[in-house]
Amino acid sequence: MKMTKIVRTTADLFFPFCLVFGLYVVVHGHLTPGGGFQGGAVMATGTALLLVARAYDDVTGRIRKGAMKVCEAAGLLIFLCAGFSGLFAGRPFMANWLAPDGALFRTSIAHGPNAGDLNTAGLLPLLNVGVGIEVLGGLTVILLYMLSGIKEEKKK
Amino acid sequence: MTPFLLLQALVLLGLIVTAVLIISFKDLLAAALAFAAFSLLLSLEFYLLQAPDVAIAEAGIGAGLTTAIFIIAIRGTQRHEEKN
Repeated sequence: MKMTKIVRTTADLFFPFCLVFGLYVVVHGHLTPGGGFQGGAVMATGTALLLVARAYDDVTGRIRKGAMKVCEAAGLLIFLCAGFSGLFAGRPFMANWLAPDGALFRTSIAHGPNAGDLNTAGLLPLLNVGVGIEVLGGLTVILLYMLSGIKEEKKK
Repeated sequence: MTPFLLLQALVLLGLIVTAVLIISFKDLLAAALAFAAFSLLLSLEFYLLQAPDVAIAEAGIGAGLTTAIFIIAIRGTQRHEEKN
């Protein structure tokens, strides 16, 4: 089943916007609904669109399996390092030590309707970014493995 | 009846219609797309019930990724259901 040119062009056009919207959901995780998992799933939906519209050989230049595996591992590492960094600051595991006296993200979120300052909430943006990268890598690796299995089926 | 309740009743009716369509289609690609419409209506219902977090997750996973996985699986096998 080969997709038409309309589907392929639409997927190519839509792909960057999907990535940017996913990144917006991830970065605004501590301010608006959504967070690391939801934003990562939206970004993975963008890559899934590209994977569905094209054959496996066309896609591997843009979405590499190795890079996505690195993404998954790096996301988990960011999450773990952010969690253990509380211990080095003399606080419990996963303690939000950045919020009162860190260099970045030090202020807390204002109550009620506010302008949505991104430089708030301490450790939470770091955790969100870690989870977002991890979910993007994991879900894309699943899709890539499914697609690569199909290619072997057709060779027989 | 308030407009909010009317909208919610319409969404629930659409959920039932798409669910019946999913099991009645013999063309599996059409069934997968009906499932995408079902997920989209479900995420709209979550949003109406004031759970926007769950709505984003449902729209991303249900309408986006699951449909993509189904379409990839259909591409690997066959498009039409076999007749008994």
